[in-house]
Amino acid sequence: MHDQPVSILENPVNPVPTKVPEPREITTEPRLSDRVFRTVVSSGGFISLVVLGLISLFLLYEGLNIFRSEGLSFITSFEWVAESIENGTEASYGIGAMLYGTLVIGFIGLFFGFPLALGAALFLSYYAPEWLKKPMVLVIDIMAAIPSIVFGLWGYFVLMPQAEEWARLINKYLGFIPIFSMPGDFYTRSPFIAGLVLAVMIIPIITSISREVFAQTPLDRIQAAYALGATRWSMIRAVVIPYGKGGVIGGAMLGLGRAIGETVAVYTVLNLVYDIRPEIFLSAGGSVASLIVNKFGEATPPELKALMAAGFVLFIVTLAVNFLANAIINRTARQG
Amino acid sequence: MNNERENEMSETKTNSLASIAAARTPGTTAMGVGLEARSVHAWFGQKHVLSDISLDFYAGTVTALIGPSGCGKSTFIRILNRMHEFIPSAAMAGEVLLDGKDVYRAGVDVTKIRLGIGMVFQKPNPFPSMTIKENVLSGLKLAQIKINNADELLEDCLVRAGLWSEVKDRLDQYGGTLSGGQQQRLCIARSLAVKPQVLLMDEPCSALDPGSTLRIEETIRDLSKTMTIVIVTHNMQQAARVSDYTGFFLSDGGPGELVEAAPTSHIFSNPKDKRTEDYVTGRFG
Repeated sequence: MHDQPVSILENPVNPVPTKVPEPREITTEPRLSDRVFRTVVSSGGFISLVVLGLISLFLLYEGLNIFRSEGLSFITSFEWVAESIENGTEASYGIGAMLYGTLVIGFIGLFFGFPLALGAALFLSYYAPEWLKKPMVLVIDIMAAIPSIVFGLWGYFVLMPQAEEWARLINKYLGFIPIFSMPGDFYTRSPFIAGLVLAVMIIPIITSISREVFAQTPLDRIQAAYALGATRWSMIRAVVIPYGKGGVIGGAMLGLGRAIGETVAVYTVLNLVYDIRPEIFLSAGGSVASLIVNKFGEATPPELKALMAAGFVLFIVTLAVNFLANAIINRTARQG
Repeated sequence: MNNERENEMSETKTNSLASIAAARTPGTTAMGVGLEARSVHAWFGQKHVLSDISLDFYAGTVTALIGPSGCGKSTFIRILNRMHEFIPSAAMAGEVLLDGKDVYRAGVDVTKIRLGIGMVFQKPNPFPSMTIKENVLSGLKLAQIKINNADELLEDCLVRAGLWSEVKDRLDQYGGTLSGGQQQRLCIARSLAVKPQVLLMDEPCSALDPGSTLRIEETIRDLSKTMTIVIVTHNMQQAARVSDYTGFFLSDGGPGELVEAAPTSHIFSNPKDKRTEDYVTGRFG
């Protein structure tokens, strides 16, 4: 009785439900010129990625045996001895001292280079007269293009004799602090001097990134500060620095990345010693990149593999520092 | 027929604005001239944008500057507290007298001028890295002024800006957490903290909703009892509601000029210049 079919006409309240469509695919047929251009630029982009990947694979592949045989001690041990039949030594490869030395000279470089670069960026952004800005920016950019061996030679012949005296002076008055102490009288080719050379070399990149970040400071905040009777310096402290902080830190880390990877300049002004020494004025330091260039020429085949492994570690450290720097810069840029 | 109707409409509009304006009695609270502009001209590069503006701003009153876009109103008030010179290629001539002394005279400390002549901008611009409290007191820090009763001053400024009851329980939150209208009142409070004699407001309500606009207008009326206020506005209703005096700026393609300045009720009921009448009745602009 209840099964009587209900006509649609008698039941207009229940119409056929509207079917919700799937979203349409929106396409366009690009012109030939656009397709050609797209192929060119995307292959350019992909090739650089592929090259980067292949380099790291190559280093990893070459160094794999070393990582297997040395294990963690490759990073922690200080010893770097090639197998030698005449001397009867067994091979032992560790870059611990070199890694430590790399970080030490990197931070010394940052310690001196960062304040100078920050000052240069603030000067160019807020104090320099118009006519001076362009030439100064040009000069700082050219600094980035100077070959690093030139910095090395300048460091060796010009800076080192001076810096030696500064080191002696600091040692004389602050020698009781372990890092400024000096067991002998060996002031040349020290981490201090290598760090100073690196400081000069990383100024351009930190300056230009800081300048770009400062230039984005919202004008309405700057004007608000001035309208409240701010001096230029108090405006910079209250508005520009809080806004640009992240970007500037990111720029400093990119500078650190450059310092860590620097090879020839450091090799010229640093005495490599396979030991961790706390004294930064002592002629004994380390640098992974300089180790490689130092040993490469006369390395035995197994030692060559160890150098490749060292290169891989350096590659990873530099990559990590750069990624971190970019992440910090991008996060600040988004905050607005 | 059509024409007649239009006339009728504009007449009603004039009358209503005039009646709003008449509700305020101009000049009764005047305490003498606070700020004077004398033959002010302005240029951007070669372009002459303001010509020969002379205008007195009486202490304890609100002066509204009205006129179509591009007539130089904003340029004019930025000349009053020396914000004009931040634009490269900007130049000016003439004098601006605060208490009878030229703010452009040689050897003057420009930060002191801006402490005496505060400014509120079109877009609310609290400092996002500072809390509400720090924002209000930021002027003291920026101008390196030391005070003992910071909390008292904080409350006083927020009360006068009409914001105290809304924020008194969250003074340590960041300024950006407030609504647009609240942010603008925070900016007003921030300007008040350095105790300026004059407050310049450059279209302070143009980015706000009608409710917030009314709150700010109330604030302006309260503040005008104790200081000189100059407000640039596109909104003639607003000029009629808040101001004692009105100046009408106009540019006929050349530099902007001050067509007429008078008590606000005169401007809206009985303007002397035909161009003023055309503008306030909505025939153009």
